[in-house]
Formats: sequence, C-alpha cells, structure tokens
Amino acid sequence: MTFTMILGFALLGAFLGLDVVSFPQAMFSRPIVASTLAGTLGGSAGDGLLAGVFLEMMALETLPVGASRYPEWGTASVVGGALYVSRHGDATSALLFAMLGAMITAWVGGWSMYVLRRLNGRWTKRALPALEVGDASVVTWLQMRGLGADLLRGFALTALALTLLVPLTTIAVAHGHGDSATIRAVLVAVAASIAGSAAWKLSHGSKHGPWFFIGGLAIGFALLLRA
Amino acid sequence: MDNPTVRPLPLLTASRMFIRMLAVQASWNYETMLGTGIGFSVEPALRDLPGGRKGDSYHAALARETHYFNAHPYLAAVAVGALARVELDGSLPPAQIERFRIALCGPLGSVGDRLVWAGWLPFTVLVALLAYGLGAGPVVVVTLFLLLYNAGHLGLRAWGLHTGWTHGKRVAGSLATPILRQGPEYLARAVMGLCGLALPLAAARILGHSEMPLATEARKTILGAHALLFLLLAVAALLGLALVKLHGRIDGWRVALLIVVLLALHSVAT
Repeated sequence: MTFTMILGFALLGAFLGLDVVSFPQAMFSRPIVASTLAGTLGGSAGDGLLAGVFLEMMALETLPVGASRYPEWGTASVVGGALYVSRHGDATSALLFAMLGAMITAWVGGWSMYVLRRLNGRWTKRALPALEVGDASVVTWLQMRGLGADLLRGFALTALALTLLVPLTTIAVAHGHGDSATIRAVLVAVAASIAGSAAWKLSHGSKHGPWFFIGGLAIGFALLLRA
Repeated sequence: MDNPTVRPLPLLTASRMFIRMLAVQASWNYETMLGTGIGFSVEPALRDLPGGRKGDSYHAALARETHYFNAHPYLAAVAVGALARVELDGSLPPAQIERFRIALCGPLGSVGDRLVWAGWLPFTVLVALLAYGLGAGPVVVVTLFLLLYNAGHLGLRAWGLHTGWTHGKRVAGSLATPILRQGPEYLARAVMGLCGLALPLAAARILGHSEMPLATEARKTILGAHALLFLLLAVAALLGLALVKLHGRIDGWRVALLIVVLLALHSVAT
C-alpha cells in the first residue's frame, strides 16, 4: 500500500471516527458503511461490503451509551476494509487477518476515545472561569477543539494501524496455510453468534419476542431451502 | 398538541440550533458530559434576550446552560428547545431553570437509549443485513441503511427541537407520546423477527458454495446444499446462548477476538 493510499484511508478514518460520537452521529461510522467506503476507495466496494458485514455483526452488541467504554468501530472498519481490499494472496486468509486487525484497532480506538474524553474534561475544567461568566467564544472554542482533537485521533489511529498492520498482514497471509473454507465457516459462526446474542439480549424481553425470532428464523430457512 | 400562543422559533435560529445540535457531543467529558454542547446549541436562541449578545441576561443564561447535563444526544434536542424557551420566556427564576435542566436528564437519557440505541439502530442494521442476504449490492445496502436510519435520526432531532420549544417547561408531558412510549416495544419485536430472518440469509451469502469436505458430505443429507450452513448456525446458536447466559460478565466481541486470534495462530502455525 502506497503512502498516498494510507493518507486517503487515514482521511476517511478521520471523518468516520468523528461520526462515532462528535459529529454528526449519522452512522456513516457503522462497519457496513465505513468498510464499504474503504473498499470503494481501495478499488472494490464488494470486498469492503463483505468485510463490513462481518464487522457489523460483531459490532451489533456495542451500544454507544454515554459514559461507557466501548470499541470504536468507525476507524476500525476503515482499517478492516482497507486491509482486505489491499490483499496479496488467499482471500479468506486475508479476511481473517483483516478482521483481526480491525478488532485490535477497535479496541485501541475505544481506549483513544477514553483519553480524548479525559482531555476534553481537562480543557473544560481550565475554561470554567470563562464558562461561569457566559463567554460564548470559549464555548465555541471548546466545541471546536473537541471536534479537531477527535478528527486528529481518527486520522492518527487509522494511519498508525495501517502502517503497522499492512506489512504484518501481508506476511501472515503469505505464511497462512489454514483451510480457507474452514476459516470462513468459523468466522461466519462467530459473527452470527455475536449478532444473534446481541439482538436477543436487547429485545427478548418484548412481548412474544422469542416467537418473532423463531418466526423470522423459519421464514429465513424456508427462503434458503427454496433457493 | 401545539400551543397556538407560542411564537415559532425563527427559521434561521432554528437552523443554527439544529446544525449545532449535530455536534452536541463534540466536547463530551466525564465532568460536565453534554453541558458545553447544550450551551453551544442553545446559544443562537439566547441572542434574542434583552441586550443581545452583550447583555447580562445573555451571559447569565449561557453560563447556566453550560453546566452539567446528560441525556441521549438525539433527544437532547427536546432539552435544547425547552431550555431556549424558558430562558427567553423569563417565566422561571434561575434556580428553577437549573432544577428543570437536571430533571430533564433522566427521562431523555433512558427513553433515547431504549428507542435509538436498543431499537432503531439494530433494526436498521438488520434491514441492511437482510438486504445483503437477499443479494443486494454495496450501493443498495449502504444507501438503504443510511436513508432509513437518518430518516429516524434527523426526524427525531427536528421533532425534539420543535416539541421542546412548543411546550417549554411543560415538555415532560410530550415524552408520553405513543412513539416514545410504545416505539421501543414494537421495535424490539421487529428486531427479533429480523434477526431470525437476516442472519441465515447473510451467512448463506457469505459462505456461498463452500468446497470443504464437510460440506460435500453434508450435502448428501436431507438438508441438501445448505446442510453446512445449518450446522454452522447450530454452532453459532450454542455460542450465542453461552454469551446470553454470560451477559454482563463478558463482552461478545472479546470472545470473538480470542477466537479470531486462535484461528490466526492456527493458520500461521500449520
């Protein structure tokens, strides 16, 4: 991957990382979108979508609720999509290592958001005297500073992750000898179990919820058997 | 129901407030949480206070509005509208405005979390996964998800600002609207149904026609071409069940990371 490519992905990661919480939270940062956009940038929207579907299933259980710490899937999905589309070698091995890279980036991304929030707190504390007299310029400055820092966080995280992970992934894919179909099957089973358990945890308390699930499953299988 | 005596929020002011609300969490922190963002969003309306931007009322109101606040970011729009109204009305003394702000936090947080994070977001994601499972391409899947999700997202913010401004200090009653009260329940059922429907179809599309020996053997059974998929979904169901039982003690994505690491190590080592 060239420097220009990494720069392009890092810019995308910056804007999608910003979307996670700071602005505008329109869910461009969801894996199914972010990874597809990264795939498009890398030359294959379809490959980006495939990686995005896997990551989306794993991200379904993450609720971006206020003060909780959670993996940051926006920049992570850009990294996952970018790693997958820029592969050399077996596609399934590349998918496995792209998923691994994305999940590690999501973990580090969650930590970087925590650091940013602490930093925002320090800046706000320092600005308290001006806030107490209702200084509008300080309010605007704090908001802009937060946006800028988040943008920088996404950019740095994506650039760093790709710089480290592209060579590692290339080596790993070249030395990977696992059975492709088995790897893909295990990935599908893991992703489906995370998504299914997430939906169940969120919604099983609803009236007749489990029956809706069973009904959906029956229709899904019926469609498959007819295909 | 709208109060006919309320003057509408000027379009330019409302637009400024709406755009600023999209960045309500820009300086989110563990001390004041959304506080600065709320002040930032209400500020365009406060310019109409006596004395304008240089007046004492403006500065006092802005100082109040940047204090601690916490709510769901989309439903914070209700608070922004209502707080702009009570500040401009001058009907409440400062201490009561502070109490009103704090009273809004709880309901706007819990209702928003249930409606959006636990309802609308998984619902729209599963619609996108279903579209993928039915064979849709990248443009259709992404466009469908973004349009559907943001119709709800932007609509909720616009409704919140309008409702908050219209009802002012009596805005709590508007949270009893059927969409906010019963919406999460309907969405939860839809999420359950869609999850059952979308996951097998999406999994089948990802797997395609696997060439692994197990699949060849499995195809000879009564389940035919999709036997492997049924087997995998059964394994996924067992793992999912374990994750449901361990809810609150372990995160699913950490388990997934562990499995992916082991799979990667196995792939490199063999």
